Amino acid sequence: MDVYLPIAAVSVDVFVLLGLGAAVGFLSGVFGVGGGFLLTPFLIFIGIPPAVAVASSANQLVGASVSGVIAHWRRGNVDFHMGAVLLIGGFAGSAFGVWVFSLLRRLGQVELTVSVAYVVLLGTLGALMLVESTRAMLRRNRAGAGRRKLHQHMWIHGLPLKMRFRRSKLYISAIVPTGLGFVVGILSAIMGIGGGFVMVPAMIYMLGMPTAVVPGTSLLQIIFVAANVTVLQAAGNGTVDALLALLLLIGGVVGAQLGSRFGSRLRGEQLRALLAIMVLVVAAKLARDLGVRPEDLYSVVPVGSE
Amino acid sequence: MRRRVILLLLVAGLALAAGTGRARAQALVADLTSHLVAITTGFTGTSVVLFGATDGIGDVIVVVRGPERDMTVRRKSKVAEVWINTRQVTFQGVPSFYSIAASKPLDDIAPPAVRQLHQIGLENLRLTTEAALSPKETEEFRSALVRNEARAALYPPGVGQVSFLGDRLFRTDIHFPANVPTGTYLVQVFLVRDKAVVSGQTTPLVVSEIGLDAEIHDFADRLALAYGLTAVALAALVGWLASLPFRNA
Repeated sequence: MDVYLPIAAVSVDVFVLLGLGAAVGFLSGVFGVGGGFLLTPFLIFIGIPPAVAVASSANQLVGASVSGVIAHWRRGNVDFHMGAVLLIGGFAGSAFGVWVFSLLRRLGQVELTVSVAYVVLLGTLGALMLVESTRAMLRRNRAGAGRRKLHQHMWIHGLPLKMRFRRSKLYISAIVPTGLGFVVGILSAIMGIGGGFVMVPAMIYMLGMPTAVVPGTSLLQIIFVAANVTVLQAAGNGTVDALLALLLLIGGVVGAQLGSRFGSRLRGEQLRALLAIMVLVVAAKLARDLGVRPEDLYSVVPVGSE
Repeated sequence: MRRRVILLLLVAGLALAAGTGRARAQALVADLTSHLVAITTGFTGTSVVLFGATDGIGDVIVVVRGPERDMTVRRKSKVAEVWINTRQVTFQGVPSFYSIAASKPLDDIAPPAVRQLHQIGLENLRLTTEAALSPKETEEFRSALVRNEARAALYPPGVGQVSFLGDRLFRTDIHFPANVPTGTYLVQVFLVRDKAVVSGQTTPLVVSEIGLDAEIHDFADRLALAYGLTAVALAALVGWLASLPFRNA
């Protein structure tokens, strides 16, 4: 059954959108990543104009994240205090990122920058996570349940402005999460994503948060970053297709609920290893695309549509 | 639909038979079964019938042009193992849709000079650019533009059929794909005799979103900020609603 999307101005099969929404929602529920890094390329693949795909993904992320946060919150796995501090940095970062984005657009290299950024970021993070989680799994098998340190002490723990985050069992400088939020904010503005796949590993390895509170807290900050992006895109570019976002959401919210339940059954290192593999696959695909000769060397876009 | 067309053709035929004097004053009469292509939520493309009458034997060419817009064409080349956009050229006044139909192969009806004059056929589209390019390069970018639009189904390939019923009555189906751009289209009908255009008529056709789609688009255009906030609120609401059934899990 085809449906005509008003802003995207194309007609797409409803069941493709519902299924895509459900698959991405499931991932978001399991890992606490928004899934934008998978959703946006797939929407472009099925014929949605890139600008509309980016903006409408942000819109659907708002709903999917709300649903995810509620599920995690019921289990007491959201650190609201940490979320608020991350957000302060996030808003500043996305404002700066929007400025960088318009600069890249004037240079005419948005597409390339976004692809290279994805490859570098996903490749590095995926590899690091895979190594770490494999080690953790091997250690568990060998040593059994030995006592471990809660987290490692690094130079960042020596910074001033220390704050206590009860839910995360942390006493660290507020500069670290604010800075993290800022960096992720820049990335979401440039790459059109919630930034969960950067946020989640950073929360685990940089901040040293317990794995259980990471997905819920990450989703909490994605709600606000995605809402910010949606409003900016709608007001500035008119590229938000609410109908597209709602159809993706209907599949997505169901997927997210199932995903968060599935995720709570997996151990932390298994979760991280799975996410790492998925991130690496996407990075490999994008890297390959950069070097493959396109079918048509020429591409056409209406002036002012990107 | 079909019945209506037959009826209209009959009426056109009767009018022609009754008033040959009037028909002579107007060598060509043509109209569409509908002047509005309504894009609704279930839109998957549609056809509109063009029908008409001539004042005698002759050939008919029908050209449909969508609203014009400026298009940027980019060319990639390989730089350090990566394909990068290295050249870009903007063409002005590119029709967003272009299709053509004729009663006989174009070569048999009209010589190249006539086709060029009336912009009949994709190769005769007047596309202008301010970029300083060699003729060869201009042609490369121009054909890339046409090729990409054809791939998007906006420039249907080949020449459609205009069929004559007898010597004077003709009709043709104009097909619009699901991704047809909105706006005011021009349907040009040319009557060709002895390799020259002897008469022409231009009929407007509006492609527009109707119903829910139109309302959403209109809202998004006029109250962009409110639309953005509504989209966010709606998404959050759906997210909350969806979590309710799982409350006690």
